[in-house]
Amino acid sequence: MKTRSLLTGLALAFLTSTAAHAGDVRIMWYSDGVEGEVMKDLVGRFMKENPGINVILDNVAYSVIKEQLPVQLEAGNGPDIARVTAIKDLSRHWLDLRPLVKDAKYWDDNFGLQADWMRPDGSNQISGFMTQITLTGGFANKTLFDQAGVPIPGPKATWEDWAAASKKVQESQQVPFAMAIDRSGHRITAPLLSYGANYIGSDGKPAPLDQGAKDYLTKFVDWADDGTVSKDVWVSAAGNTYRAAADDFINGQLAFYYSGSWQVANLATKIGNNFDWVAVGSPCGPAACTGMPGGAALVAVKYTKNPKDVATVMDWFAQEKIVKEFSERTLFLPGNKAVVDKGGLDFKSDNEQAKAALNVFVESTKTTSEAALKLPGWRWSDTVYAAIVTRIGQTLAGELKIDDAFTRIDSDIAQKVKDAGK
Amino acid sequence: MTTPSLSNLLMAPVNAVMRVIDAPLRRLQKATGIGGMAAFFLAPNMLIFGIFVLLPLVINFVYSMTGGTAFFLSERDFIGGAQYSRLFECQNYLDPMSCQEDAFWTAVGNTFWFVVLQVSLMILTALITALILNRELAARSFWRAVFFFPVLLSPVVVGLIWKWILQRQGLLNFGLYQFGMDPYTWLTDRNWTFAATIGVSLWAHMGFYALIILAGLQAIPKDLYEAAEMDGTKPARVFWRITLPLLAPNLLVVVVLALIKSVQVFDEIYVLTGGGPGTSTLFLTQYIYETGFASALRNPGLAAAASILMGTVLVVLTLIQLGIGKRGENKGKR
Repeated sequence: MKTRSLLTGLALAFLTSTAAHAGDVRIMWYSDGVEGEVMKDLVGRFMKENPGINVILDNVAYSVIKEQLPVQLEAGNGPDIARVTAIKDLSRHWLDLRPLVKDAKYWDDNFGLQADWMRPDGSNQISGFMTQITLTGGFANKTLFDQAGVPIPGPKATWEDWAAASKKVQESQQVPFAMAIDRSGHRITAPLLSYGANYIGSDGKPAPLDQGAKDYLTKFVDWADDGTVSKDVWVSAAGNTYRAAADDFINGQLAFYYSGSWQVANLATKIGNNFDWVAVGSPCGPAACTGMPGGAALVAVKYTKNPKDVATVMDWFAQEKIVKEFSERTLFLPGNKAVVDKGGLDFKSDNEQAKAALNVFVESTKTTSEAALKLPGWRWSDTVYAAIVTRIGQTLAGELKIDDAFTRIDSDIAQKVKDAGK
Repeated sequence: MTTPSLSNLLMAPVNAVMRVIDAPLRRLQKATGIGGMAAFFLAPNMLIFGIFVLLPLVINFVYSMTGGTAFFLSERDFIGGAQYSRLFECQNYLDPMSCQEDAFWTAVGNTFWFVVLQVSLMILTALITALILNRELAARSFWRAVFFFPVLLSPVVVGLIWKWILQRQGLLNFGLYQFGMDPYTWLTDRNWTFAATIGVSLWAHMGFYALIILAGLQAIPKDLYEAAEMDGTKPARVFWRITLPLLAPNLLVVVVLALIKSVQVFDEIYVLTGGGPGTSTLFLTQYIYETGFASALRNPGLAAAASILMGTVLVVLTLIQLGIGKRGENKGKR
């Protein structure tokens, strides 16, 4: 996979360096589900309507976006448009579309809520738009709960309620684990915020771990030690490598799985009729019942040779009707305010569980905390996430005590901030 | 009239070129002497070596003297040996957690034990395999192919195959379950996972080294064995007095190659364990890769410093081994 990614990256580096023909717009795209196919279809339609612009869609692995695109951008290369998740971290490479788009007000009105997530601090730049808004949340294996005779906890249930109920299901149904959370700083930040954690210091830089964060992380490690939470996914890598626990849930090995809205299509496709499952939103802590927002954005790259054509492409894909169609066909939550406000999204799925799950996520957006909404646009989010995942992973593997992990998380973050300042 | 042969036809363009360059080359030889001609013919290779090996090495060294997260050298600050100091800042090198860059020292420790265990076991298993494959076996070619086959696989494929075998719901646990035994967490238990990385690495590369040793075994003159047999020498003595000494040059090649390869271990282990559980299978190359390219806020300077240190250790080890090899050769000549 890695070799293939490297070769793809090299090929793309070569191709992007030759993509300077007038009218050529190269999009670097990755897919979690079916969105690559949907995008291919939409690109075809765009080119029929705009015969002067040739859009080349490069479907690449996510690792290429994560590891190789930043290197290309640092070298002043890259595609004309890219679908990315590290939107704030790379924001200095995005093109300001404000003077180029047809109606900047349309962009401000409909994509303004997330505009800060993808532009350099203090600017009013229009860099692109979110192709999907995601929200973390939980999924319960309803069949296991029913078979165990344990009622599924209600909307205001706490993390402790979910742990207790899932543990009962685990013991009754003899599944390996009661709960699992993806090995991801973004995912585990949701319960931390619900426990009152605040990552952002008064100077805008990372603050040391506070009591809220420490309380939940201590609980998480205890749950892993007593077998309530799956250790496997967290000890299965070093550093801040991402690992999802989706396969364990899909295989019926978990009562409760905490991930996010982007898993809906995946679960619907892979679970099929094997068992019933439901989305349950984010459990509560003492401070909130919040999930973590996020998502992927389509952004224009400032090194493009064809900024006007790029703006035409972005204008077309940002249209309300196109965003609506894209969301309905991909089962993604839309990032366009008008589409959200008007409602009436007709998700193209025969799977009633998937449709119900998407509605739960739409509903859960209402309980998203202020602190959670700030993090996607905060420069140091990834740094904090990485430190937490690395050190808690080591703690669960038995290499660190929890108090040492807290000390290391703080010193790791401080060192990164210092490195960035050099 | 004679018809030109195919080889004459094929050689015609070569001969034409030779005729054209003959005169200038003769003049060059006259001017520079034989030594100059050697340099002239080596120049293209040295140019490629310089551009693709020496220059990156120099650039890497320069990177190790700079700080910050930017990739362009022009945007990076010169900080001297600060990255090296950071790597060496430690209260007790045997306790990585007392070091500032604990992951680096953990990776150094893991790599050290991996090299010691993997290289020893590799040489032993490759030697035994080669000795067996050198005997008159039924379907000998088939068995040689069987042992060599894993070498042809991509490291990523090797990692994935073994992941499917060793993971919680993998083939091995399925087999254990069928025999009424409890499944085991091979990839999430620190001790088992480290052993698994050594085992997988042996499986993947042993065939290559066995092939080198096999070539050495087949080059040993048969009459030496015949003479030993006529003298009634015991097989163990034949092995220690004839086979092993004559295999020494091949074994030295195997040791050097296996050592370099094991210090650089990365791909199959990265796919298999990702460096986990915790950092128990985090090796130096993965540390360098993650520090330079995959972590939040990459640090190319620190990664470059770590890679320079790793390269230095490799060069020293290779020189020691070559020195030992040369001493053995001189001893043999005397």
